[in-house]
Amino acid sequence: MSDPGAPMHERRTRLAGLAWQDAGSPPSTLSGIASSLKDIWDRRELLGMLTRRELKSRYKDSALGFLWSLARPLTQLLIYYVVVGQFLGAARAIDNFAIYVFGGLTIYTLFSEIVAGGTGSIIINAGLVKKVYLPREVFPLATIGSSLFNFLIQLGILLAAALLVGTMRWDASLFFAFGSVALILIYAAALALVLSAVNVYLRDVQYLVEVVLLLLMWASPIVYSIAQVAGVMPSWALQIFVDNPITLAVLGFHMTFWSAADLGIAAADLAARMVVAGVIGLILLFLAQRVFAKLQGDFAQEL
Amino acid sequence: MTTTASVPIIRVQNVSKRFVIRKDKSIKERITNFRRGARHREDFWALRDIDLEIEAGTTIGLIGPNGSGKSTLLKTIGGILQPTEGRVQRRGQLAALLELGAGFHPDLTGRENVYLNASILGLTREQTDYHFDAIVDFSGIGDFIDTQVKFYSSGMYVRLAFAVAIHVDPDILLVDEVLAVGDEAFQKKCLDKIRSFQEEGRTIVLVTHTLSQITALCNRAIVLAKGNVVFDGDPEDAVSILRSGFAATTPKEAAKIVEAGERAEVRSVRTLDADGNPCEAFETGDDITIEVEVEAIRPVASWGVGLHVDNPFGQLVTGATSGSLRQDPLGPLEGRRRVRFTLPQVPIGSGEYNVTIAVMGSERQEIARANHAVQFRVRKNTRSWGPVFTDVSFEADPAHQ
Repeated sequence: MSDPGAPMHERRTRLAGLAWQDAGSPPSTLSGIASSLKDIWDRRELLGMLTRRELKSRYKDSALGFLWSLARPLTQLLIYYVVVGQFLGAARAIDNFAIYVFGGLTIYTLFSEIVAGGTGSIIINAGLVKKVYLPREVFPLATIGSSLFNFLIQLGILLAAALLVGTMRWDASLFFAFGSVALILIYAAALALVLSAVNVYLRDVQYLVEVVLLLLMWASPIVYSIAQVAGVMPSWALQIFVDNPITLAVLGFHMTFWSAADLGIAAADLAARMVVAGVIGLILLFLAQRVFAKLQGDFAQEL
Repeated sequence: MTTTASVPIIRVQNVSKRFVIRKDKSIKERITNFRRGARHREDFWALRDIDLEIEAGTTIGLIGPNGSGKSTLLKTIGGILQPTEGRVQRRGQLAALLELGAGFHPDLTGRENVYLNASILGLTREQTDYHFDAIVDFSGIGDFIDTQVKFYSSGMYVRLAFAVAIHVDPDILLVDEVLAVGDEAFQKKCLDKIRSFQEEGRTIVLVTHTLSQITALCNRAIVLAKGNVVFDGDPEDAVSILRSGFAATTPKEAAKIVEAGERAEVRSVRTLDADGNPCEAFETGDDITIEVEVEAIRPVASWGVGLHVDNPFGQLVTGATSGSLRQDPLGPLEGRRRVRFTLPQVPIGSGEYNVTIAVMGSERQEIARANHAVQFRVRKNTRSWGPVFTDVSFEADPAHQ
């Protein structure tokens, strides 16, 4: 007969050998960073599931499903192409205006979806935040996952159109697209982390974010070109304008999918600026995670 | 059973938790109240200097009146709330049943939610695959597993969530008021599962208002009041401290109760008719005698006994204690004692009535209780109706000519 206390004994022996862990989120000290990152990494499977949950639930019960995620960008494209391109005449200065606009819109939509979705992510998941301990970073990070999915669909259309029209060349310019995506992911992730945490304490943030995102879209050369800006801006202001990481990402996309020649900025210059922005972005992302870690301690009671 | 040196699994060290209650949430309010900031916040200590060590394999109950901080303590152990001061340490896998189905998404099917919820609780996909059939089987959801959970009844929802949670294989299980879900059969299943968890040496921390669960399941209980530990030890003592009411909200008073160490049990409760024969059905206006037999388990220095008669809606119909009926105390209780309450010419309407008996010790703490120990019935009378019987008389003036 087996000893009924055997499993109990076994468990105790195993537990006695385990190290003590602090309950809750790791402290916001330097050693806390490594354990935060490990926590998140350990939960990558959950991250995938949350992403899938968001995607599945978004278009559940609708007949067209994921096609709806294309409705907005395609409508935007139509409006800008007709109104800005034809009526206001921007298309005369920019060849293949539709590709130009859609390239910029595709990468900008990725940014705005992550930031807008990320900002509300903690509040939307309040039920979970209050009842289960998870590394809370997974909620804004899951927004990145679902936004990337929509982005990939749009990218497919952009790619097909660019190949059809023949604006893409098979050379080093292809790498700019990867750089653009990386840049957007770094900055959007940093913003999503900080804003999602601040939004818990001050709900006004989510409305403010919507307004600022609208503004940021027009602060990047999506429906106009740098050449048009250069005509009205002093050169120092132009430098600041170009160094906006979103502008850099948009330019990178134009470099890959539209045309390198007419961009108004040299490839080497753009690459250098993107690398610098990327490094700064990584530092900001690191700081954003620290801010998030500091603020998340009181999430459960503030929600 | 082999006994091992004790292995602590949870350490709560000097934990205090302060809640700041702010009354302004928007920028406008913050700005307009900027100078008077202090007036728009209120401090509230939910926990004060809590020190605990919990051994692996214990089932520990946290009890206390509403707002005593028991749920806050549970959430602090679970890592959901950060303590303002002090630290909480633990080891091993933890699962928290604070709200069943917290991670359920109404638009996803039961199957998708099982995977998602299991992942939230820390299972990998392969582990969930392995347990999936057992989870569905335990929940009794059957073919509805591929239906969106928004179409589930609330019972199905909770059963599925519970089934997921108990298959997580935790070393520590935190449970907050969730054992009272589902129908009776499911509740029994849950309690059986808790028992088998105990046999497997898992540690369970339980918050509940159902005090009978504390004495039935726990081997240690902590009474909290206003964020302080009032008592920590034997569940029977803990329950009698809590039942003694608001008098014992300081550790000192609680200690007095524990020191007295009194225990008794209600052996039998019977209803008798006017001739002293056992009887369970009465007419309105009959004399009803309730006979109680009490036995001291440990010596009781001075005792008392109380009676509650409830109607089926749980409303108190009448109640009395030995203390309210006679001046001189009953004195010490040793061995068995028999007492009788007689309710003369009971003017209550027809229906079923439940009798609850409680025994009090020398500190007026409750040392035994028999909920709904016996039931009696009052037959319909043809004269009046309603909860109270009145001997209504009736007359009519002669008709006008």
